[in-house]
Amino acid sequence: MAQIRIENVRKDFGAFNAVSSSTFTIEDGEFFMLLGPSGCGKTTTLRMMAGLELPTSGEIYIDGKEVGMKPASQRDIAFVFQMFALYPHMNVGKNISYPLLSQGMPKPAVRKKVAEVAEILGISDILKKPVGGLSGGDRQRVALGRAIVRDPKAFFMDEPLGALDAEFREHMSEELRGLHDRMNATTVYVTHDQLEAMQMGDKIVVMNHGVIEQFGVPQEIYDWPASKFVAKFIGSPPMNFLEFDGAVDINADSVTLGESKFKIPQMLEGAKGQLSVGVRPEHVHFNDESKYRGTVTAIEYLGTTQIITLSTFNGDIKARISSSRAVSLKENVGLDFDHRTLTVFENERGKALLSRANQGVLNGG
Amino acid sequence: MSNFSATEPSSRQKWVAGTLVILYAVITMLPLLWIIATGFKSPSDSIAYPPKVMFEPTLEGYVNLFTTRTRATPEILEKLGEPATWYDRIVRQYNMVISGPSRYLERFFNSVIIGFGSTFFAIVLGTLAAYAFSRFKVPLKDDLLFFILSTRMMPPIAVAIPIFLMFRQLGLNDTHAGMILLYTAINLSLAVWLIHGFIDEIPIEYEEAALVDGYTRFQAFYKVVLPQASTGIASTAIFCLIFAWNEYALAVLLTSGTAQTAPPFIPTIIGVGGQDWPAVAAGATIFLMPVMIFTVLLRKHLLRGITFGAVRK
Repeated sequence: MAQIRIENVRKDFGAFNAVSSSTFTIEDGEFFMLLGPSGCGKTTTLRMMAGLELPTSGEIYIDGKEVGMKPASQRDIAFVFQMFALYPHMNVGKNISYPLLSQGMPKPAVRKKVAEVAEILGISDILKKPVGGLSGGDRQRVALGRAIVRDPKAFFMDEPLGALDAEFREHMSEELRGLHDRMNATTVYVTHDQLEAMQMGDKIVVMNHGVIEQFGVPQEIYDWPASKFVAKFIGSPPMNFLEFDGAVDINADSVTLGESKFKIPQMLEGAKGQLSVGVRPEHVHFNDESKYRGTVTAIEYLGTTQIITLSTFNGDIKARISSSRAVSLKENVGLDFDHRTLTVFENERGKALLSRANQGVLNGG
Repeated sequence: MSNFSATEPSSRQKWVAGTLVILYAVITMLPLLWIIATGFKSPSDSIAYPPKVMFEPTLEGYVNLFTTRTRATPEILEKLGEPATWYDRIVRQYNMVISGPSRYLERFFNSVIIGFGSTFFAIVLGTLAAYAFSRFKVPLKDDLLFFILSTRMMPPIAVAIPIFLMFRQLGLNDTHAGMILLYTAINLSLAVWLIHGFIDEIPIEYEEAALVDGYTRFQAFYKVVLPQASTGIASTAIFCLIFAWNEYALAVLLTSGTAQTAPPFIPTIIGVGGQDWPAVAAGATIFLMPVMIFTVLLRKHLLRGITFGAVRK
């Protein structure tokens, strides 16, 4: 198992820039998520780490060795493809043993190892079957088997659950995470599903348009997004933005929205022009005494909680509140925000402004 | 009305369809059967009028095909005594003796060497080229592919004279190498196009999986792509072989002895002073066999090759 370091990696396809200057480190044994919308360069980044794509510039270190220009076969890594890519002309056992045969391992040792892996994944009974008739879950297990059989330095997975149906996905993601915890293998996992990333990942990199937006543990990214893009991409419903035209100064600890003054974490960075205050739906509270008002325009019932859409002076926002509070359409309610959780964004660049609350996360990452 | 029915056709419909198919098969098979039958007729039966459907089979045609014979005087025949073998006996009926083997076998093996040789080269080169076109960034890919296709837009015989002149300059006239080269060149465009389509259908992930599993690109191509493209390659091979095997016009023009293939040779069997149709038919029958066997062996692939593109996996 190994640490993986990406330094200033860039990839161009002709005139199109797929990944621009990425730098991050994946620690040994980490379950690492590459998250972003489709076309953001996350798969390209993964394929460069795996050696299926060569970087235009920059360095990739696996286990301390620079491998950027080495072919995939010399990197000692395993790759799980979205469509599994099981060799259709071989049965399950042959598929799993295939990586071992390339190393010239003797036949009896191969058989033993395959049996071991099949045991771990619970597919011992289907080793002789052709891969054609397998269910999605079993295909997934065979693909994992082919990956773990070789004890590679790292596992790379490109949306491995994307081809499964929703119900089975949950089960498989637990299985995957369990497998990782048992083997303690460095795993890099590409997904566009923010929920999957938050559930499974030790660390997340959020990418957009080939640029890394933020890097960190899931909770830090959720609580203290570095940009409006991350704030919108992560969380469902996403973070609310209360847009306003004005200024915040260094050391400011409040903003004025409409006629109300809201406390914010003390700012370490000032800005003026188009700004917005970001607040997660669960941090929007109803408070009848508040002068800041909103009108209910939609109610989504979700069991224990409900999502209330409100029209305010600074645009539409969503609040996640307990279902026990009765809410009716067109109701006018007073609103309050949990001031410790607020982030101020500067709209032009879409970046979060540094405050005492988020400086640990934003400077650390 | 829809062109497709989701229901099982009625037994009457099946009966009609079956009859039509059988009828069509009989009509197309009839000339073939006639040739095979003629091969077993005696020369007089073969030109009898009205044509004989029922006849006494004889191997005369085959004996005449494989041997050269000379007429012998009664004295010589007397001296030779009783014929030693069954084929001697057949020849003696006409007061002839076998003077040696004919050239048919030679020509037949020329066909085998040139037909299978050119098919082999067309398939090997075609597969490699198709793989490159399918997987790599080839500059001007579409133009090159179109150029390759364009070589098939005229009948090969249209360039027979230039080829003849070139071959004469290069000393390739009437050589095996020349004919293999020519048929390979003609078949290559078909091979590239057909196999290109088949390889395009194979997801690239299979190879990438093999690459990360520790195989080189050539190993991945050889062990993962080839087995999966085998169907397509086999059907392409049949098409190439059928062309090279049956080609007549260029063979007539460019071969005369050493490298002459069976198609231009068979008509020369007719001979002088009497047309030996049974021998011609026997030659044609034997000539048909290799392609027939090859096609039957690979028929599953051939079917898939013909319907290629029509059905998505």
